[in-house]
Amino acid sequence: MSDVNDWRDDIFAVLQDHDIKQVYHVPDAGHSRLIEACQKTNSIRTLALTTEEEGMALAAGAWLGGQRSVMLMQSSGVGNTINMMGLTKTLRFPFLTLITMRGEPGEFNSWQYPMGQGTPKVLEAMGVLVTSVDKAEDVKTTVDHAARSAFNGGQAVAVLLRQKLIGIKDFGKKMAR
Amino acid sequence: MSSKATLQRRPLVAKILEGADDNLLVIAGLGSANWDITAAGDRPLNMPLWGAMGAPVSMGTGLALAQPTKRVLVITGDGDMLMSLGSLATVATQQPENLAIVVLDNEKFGETGNQATHTSPRNNGPTESGAGTDLSVIAKGCGIADSTTVRDQSEVAQLVKDLRTKKGPVFRLVKVMVEKLEFVMPPQDGAHLKDRFRQALLGRP
Repeated sequence: MSDVNDWRDDIFAVLQDHDIKQVYHVPDAGHSRLIEACQKTNSIRTLALTTEEEGMALAAGAWLGGQRSVMLMQSSGVGNTINMMGLTKTLRFPFLTLITMRGEPGEFNSWQYPMGQGTPKVLEAMGVLVTSVDKAEDVKTTVDHAARSAFNGGQAVAVLLRQKLIGIKDFGKKMAR
Repeated sequence: MSSKATLQRRPLVAKILEGADDNLLVIAGLGSANWDITAAGDRPLNMPLWGAMGAPVSMGTGLALAQPTKRVLVITGDGDMLMSLGSLATVATQQPENLAIVVLDNEKFGETGNQATHTSPRNNGPTESGAGTDLSVIAKGCGIADSTTVRDQSEVAQLVKDLRTKKGPVFRLVKVMVEKLEFVMPPQDGAHLKDRFRQALLGRP
């Protein structure tokens, strides 16, 4: 991973531009560099969750209190949020989530496919605006537009960070043949 | 095995919310806790939930972090709390000094017909048995050091004081009676509840 012009740094810059004050996450390899950047800055409060479901209610609470938030999760976590995701409709509050995808073409772990493949459909079913990005040079604009839709347009928005962008997790030759 | 509860939730919640001013932000879990805070007097700085079971503690945490100079009080029931035990661990990671949580534990799922929750005693018959789960011990084990249980009327004055003013995070488990009470309902529209809350707190919806 290069230290310059990393797309995760682009996301961090967008979050700061949009005055994000609370960042929710579970440990995630794809988001780890971004999470560390958020943890190191004084302008953002980062909260590690026990399950992604918490993040929906935290985001609603932050908004009630006048703060913007973002939830960082993996596609497998989307399934954990679904009933709570309904809060975005019932309360009609701005919501932004950035989702690192698993279970897309090239994925080595069969357990990641069901929720990975279901993620866009499930989000759409809950009324979330879904956008995605698979090229590093498009990340900044895509996330910025998503943040505008959320915080200016009042929408619930998910950005899927495609596996092609993140890179395929590789356990090398350890898998049984 | 718990001794028979004697505290009644409605007068208790009325006492907890007595004299609530603009510094007190209240989130109530769905069902009985919602009706309880509304019976005490609906107000814009109440956020009574009609769904989203398991949300109140997290919602209160997000709010408490966003509004560190206000007191945030989460009022909910044992069923709701059981659905989001992990949220107590997340509270502990943040240690918000302005957050208080009170769980009114009647050991029943009230809205669905008073089935036993896990806080009901073990070996309590074929349909009424739980696990004797102690939510106060769980909160403490999660890292909320100031976590106690209240059972008696003589402890109520201190309970109210702790919930309203003590340095948080404060967790109080209150054993309450199983009662059949009138539904006292606040507005249901979530966007309206959110907008009136923000208007009262921030001066904008």
